[in-house]
Amino acid sequence: MDSFALLLQGLSVAFDPMILLYALVGVTLGTAVGVLPGIGPALTVALLLPVTYGLDPAGSLIMFAGIYYGGMYGGSTTSILLNTPGESASIVTAIEGNKMARAGRAGPALATAAVGSFIAGLIATLLLAFLAPQVVKLALTLGPREYFALMVLAFVTVSATFGESALRGLTSLFIGLALACVGIDGLTGAARMTFGVPQLMDGIETTTLAVALFALGEAFAVAGLATPPDTLHAVKGRVSMSREDWSRSWKAWLRGTFIGFPIGSMPAGGADVASFLSYAAERKMAKRPEEFGHGAIEGVAGPEAANNAAAAGTLVPLLTLGLPTTATAAIMLAGFQQFGLQPGPLLFLTNAELVWGLIASLLIANVMLVVLNLPLIGLWIRLLSIPRPWLYAGILVFATLGTIGVNPSPVELGMLILFGFMGYGMRLYGFPVAPVVVGLILGPMAEQQLRRALAIAQGDWSTLVSTPVAAGLLAVSFLFLVGPILLRLIGRGRVLQELAGDSD
Amino acid sequence: MIRQIEPERRPRWAALPIAAGMVGLAAVILWDAAGLKQDGGYAGVGPADVPRLIAWGLILLAAMVVVAGLRGDLPTPPRQAPAPVLWILGGLGLQLALLHSAGFILASGLLFGFTARGLGRKPLWLTVLVGIGLTFVIYGVFDRLLKLNLPGGPIERFIFGG
Repeated sequence: MDSFALLLQGLSVAFDPMILLYALVGVTLGTAVGVLPGIGPALTVALLLPVTYGLDPAGSLIMFAGIYYGGMYGGSTTSILLNTPGESASIVTAIEGNKMARAGRAGPALATAAVGSFIAGLIATLLLAFLAPQVVKLALTLGPREYFALMVLAFVTVSATFGESALRGLTSLFIGLALACVGIDGLTGAARMTFGVPQLMDGIETTTLAVALFALGEAFAVAGLATPPDTLHAVKGRVSMSREDWSRSWKAWLRGTFIGFPIGSMPAGGADVASFLSYAAERKMAKRPEEFGHGAIEGVAGPEAANNAAAAGTLVPLLTLGLPTTATAAIMLAGFQQFGLQPGPLLFLTNAELVWGLIASLLIANVMLVVLNLPLIGLWIRLLSIPRPWLYAGILVFATLGTIGVNPSPVELGMLILFGFMGYGMRLYGFPVAPVVVGLILGPMAEQQLRRALAIAQGDWSTLVSTPVAAGLLAVSFLFLVGPILLRLIGRGRVLQELAGDSD
Repeated sequence: MIRQIEPERRPRWAALPIAAGMVGLAAVILWDAAGLKQDGGYAGVGPADVPRLIAWGLILLAAMVVVAGLRGDLPTPPRQAPAPVLWILGGLGLQLALLHSAGFILASGLLFGFTARGLGRKPLWLTVLVGIGLTFVIYGVFDRLLKLNLPGGPIERFIFGG
């Protein structure tokens, strides 16, 4: 069957009234939580994971898809109105969007972000549907050594290539890899780093770590701030665009989409990179470059589209290879695993209905979001004005609820507090937290592939570079690791520093 | 949050405890790996080898963090107010300690109250009361409706009947 027929079949799954309801609940919750200041899509997904525990796999994954897209939408609203981007990918939106809001043009800024996200989400989800089966075919030809090389590439791009400092990124990654050692070794069954504590046998839960680092770490950091941050900008006028705004936006949307999707779908960094590149492209191509920095609408339209297209793009490696390349994708993977589903080429064969239902739901969620968001924006904005004490108190209760609901053991809660405090410290000294989460989930997978590859080759390490694909991927990883360090040494590191990621 | 790197170059002594923590973690891994049976099989790489590699990587990175810190290449955190952070930690600690005896509603209500108090909302009895109201609703929705099985205490047994 070709993609089109499969997608239609998926749509028939997704149009089930119950499934539509799940998607609607998902986008509503996702937007509501994503709009809260300081909460990005990664944290939105992690916090709302417990809501989906009681449902069947199909329903919960579809609600999940809605939460993911909703969280992305909500984040842009926050960065435009509050200048506290909840996710690194929205930092760029905040540059121009917040300037527009200050100039009383919050309405058009919100509108171009919403419509741009919709168009990008639509195109990118369709591209996902058509690209995924091809990647699956490719993935079936890959062996352990190629998988290992792919994971090394993901490690390098997530930690070292972009961001303020390769050293701090790598440090975070290695902390994640170290935590990943806890638990039973997948190949021999040896218990590692468990110290006789039975609760540690299963290893450290991805969701516990992610919630601790993102939610608790952020709450501590906000509480510790001596001076409170920026204030809210009221929306003046309607959330709509003039003819001029439309004509300036649409090209930026399309450019953003086609910048964002390929970047998201390669294991080469997430949405933040895409939105920065899109911003740079818009600034270069703008007819009125002098407006940039003072609220240029292209600077909101392009990056927002790129951001959403990349978010859909990250689902390509996640669904087809089981390879999460962002913190959000890592938490989604944990969500899949809780139902015993392992994303990867086999998922398309064994659970085709589920996968295509999920992809179709993304399309539907996208439509729901644009319908829900343009008229309801006033309601979301009211959420932004919740006073910080109540807001963070609520976030903490929900953060602990996820852990308590799954595993109410004191050990698990203790780990949550410990990692939360670690996240606080990492924030203070500029260590990115996303590589820790990616390291935790990808670490054991990479180890297993490595040892499998070596077992096949009877312990001969040269097997890792014996196929062109594996050797090429490792060479690219090496370039991505060393290149940025050289760039920084010769003083060209500013570009990379601008691409600094914070949350995913 | 957007951070700014301070241009001034002065040794950042915080690098030392950070590096010490990393070396400590590495030491625990190495100590644990020493107690594992070396069972490489055909691969020649057993369960202890990859952790060892990670531990040595951590030690190398810790050395580089120290060097970077001494060269002043580490961001300086903004001035921190310790009291709110301690309120939140206290709330989390109370929740952990009371969860199984007092139940979800009371323990999490206390966490809510302490956090709100830490971020400047007073008085404490009011924030705790608001918290208990909220966690009561959460318990109802998640335990009863979504079947999440949250730990119950006297309040939960009295109202929801076990």
